[in-house]
Amino acid sequence: MTDSTRIIQVDALARVEGEGRFKVKLDGDQVVQSEFSIFEPPRYFEGLLRGRSFRDAPDVTSRICGICPIAYIMGACLAMEDALGWEIPQPIVDLRRLIYCGEWIQSHVLHTHLLHAPDFLGLQDSIELAKSNRSLVEAGLSAKKTGNRVMEVIGGRSVHPVNTRVGGFYSAPAPEAIAALLPDLERGEAQSIAALDAFSGFDFPDLEVDYLFVALRHASEYPIAEGRIVSSSGLDIDVAAFPDHFVERQVPHSNALQGVTVDGQPYLVGPLARFNLNADRLPADILALAERAGLVPGCRNPFKSLLARQVETIYAFREAARLARAYVPPEPSFVDAPLRAGIGHGITEAPRGLCYHRYEVAEDGAIVSATIVPPTSQNQRQIELDLVSTVERFHKLDDDDLQWRCEQAIRNYDPCISCATHFLKLDVERA
Amino acid sequence: MKPKLAVWKFSSCDGCQLTLLDCEDELLDIAEAVDIAYFLEATRTQREGPYDISLVEGSISTAHEVERIREIRRDSRLLITIGACATAGGIQALRNTQDHDSLRASVYPSPQFIDALATSTPIADHVPVDYELRGCPIDKHQLIEAITALLKGRKPTLPDYSQCAECKLAGTACVMVTKGIPCLGPVTQGGCGNLCPSIGRGCYGCFGPKEGANTEALAQELAALGAGERTIRDLFGGFTAGAPAFAEERKRHDR
Repeated sequence: MTDSTRIIQVDALARVEGEGRFKVKLDGDQVVQSEFSIFEPPRYFEGLLRGRSFRDAPDVTSRICGICPIAYIMGACLAMEDALGWEIPQPIVDLRRLIYCGEWIQSHVLHTHLLHAPDFLGLQDSIELAKSNRSLVEAGLSAKKTGNRVMEVIGGRSVHPVNTRVGGFYSAPAPEAIAALLPDLERGEAQSIAALDAFSGFDFPDLEVDYLFVALRHASEYPIAEGRIVSSSGLDIDVAAFPDHFVERQVPHSNALQGVTVDGQPYLVGPLARFNLNADRLPADILALAERAGLVPGCRNPFKSLLARQVETIYAFREAARLARAYVPPEPSFVDAPLRAGIGHGITEAPRGLCYHRYEVAEDGAIVSATIVPPTSQNQRQIELDLVSTVERFHKLDDDDLQWRCEQAIRNYDPCISCATHFLKLDVERA
Repeated sequence: MKPKLAVWKFSSCDGCQLTLLDCEDELLDIAEAVDIAYFLEATRTQREGPYDISLVEGSISTAHEVERIREIRRDSRLLITIGACATAGGIQALRNTQDHDSLRASVYPSPQFIDALATSTPIADHVPVDYELRGCPIDKHQLIEAITALLKGRKPTLPDYSQCAECKLAGTACVMVTKGIPCLGPVTQGGCGNLCPSIGRGCYGCFGPKEGANTEALAQELAALGAGERTIRDLFGGFTAGAPAFAEERKRHDR
């Protein structure tokens, strides 16, 4: 190590889900090493599923992450239904989209208001934020509660819902219970628009990164649980082709596998990718709100992912209210058709981005093999590259400020380390 | 001085500590009543111990975790385990009856990089625990009751009845008797709020075995309903598979 070496590192990154660290080593203004490590202990979900019934996959995989259980439940359901050849009627598809909106709301608002916003104001946490702007935090808590309430009314509880199953729902919620959500959903949209306005006044660090964006795209809707996989370089494929275009590789410093394209290119999934690839699927007035807030399609500033998340929150409230108004209980509430051996794929847009499931099922419904590719694994390599860009761009900051800026850059991803296997350790090393 | 609260994570999904952040109506009051000295999911602030109350999420599944829980115990006046991972080892405790090397190799192409123990065990296997909150995830009301009681210096009031009793209290018709659906209600501790039977689903044991659970009698009843060995094995091999009563019953059907 020379005199000009600096090491910026954090051993236990705060305000993320799970345990991670990072280390960046600098020589002058050049980054010589950047590692984002997920060292949350492995839990071997894919191994534990083998030999169990296909019916167990949604509940078991939901335990990968307490923040986004619906993403796992829905990915597993879609993949199993694909393997078994079950057709799911539209009322069940709509009810799934409604509970998924609830998850987007609670997960996004948790991140924007409680975990990420404090970075833009130089505050340690949302408790400090509540001291300076109590109404913003209270509005966030209220919006988050509504998202959780949607999950509770449909799913029984918000963390690891129990009412979902392969084929649909154990029972259909009563129309009155769904209708009772409407006032809170309408208030939530208004609160989210006000919050977007507040966030738009933040000082966004000036950084542009050359990303390969990847997201679902649907013929008419903003994508949540249906669509084809598209990218900013023109890819347009069926979900079943995911493994032909994207691979996971293992690196020694992490317990999560890193996703890259088959050509070895890192890529980005999540709100910024969804927004950039699907801005034309947003209602025109919501897109106008985004643009007024400084989020324009084509945005490549990772710090503005905060705005993308908030725009999606507004959309999720609007969409949830639309679905709630149109709600008719599915009858029956689930499909249960004959079993067959098969292979199935399922992809949905988890709050943090594409989440892929693939299962092979035997004739008797036993799981033969399971593969799950969570969004944070896919983003992990890009996070390391963002750290390089951030440190090179802001290397003149002192070590404490540079460390915080790096933490903030990682939190741009709302990384779910529990998902990715599970930790993030941050070190910045300066030569 | 305000009591110091710390929240710790071991091998888990974050869902139980999220339950604290999901107390939307109470969160700012809790933050005023205590000094949140360590809660990595919520704040950058990290204050040194000792801590008055430590909430511990997750199971012990690496050598480093074995060391860390001992340090936390030394630094904590009261230690409360929260959730199925911390109280029973979690779903990942299913590895305890499998060959760890082959399991690791089935998930990771280079298993030598993965540092983990062959078992996932509850916190109480390693250090003394003062109170435990069951569930996968824990129940929000129980969490608030526990924090409130401990701040007031009294013992938390937590349910000790079975899920079966919750059905009786809620007036839910027995899913096993009326629909022939396999249900762990008779042997599972109550406290979730009667979630599954009330929607026509059998209890799958999130809250773990009730004290004195007669799992063998239930397994015979499940077999009489037509449940196969694999179904019975996996019902007991769920999110509290590592709890001794369930682990033993599961083993009887694992062949």
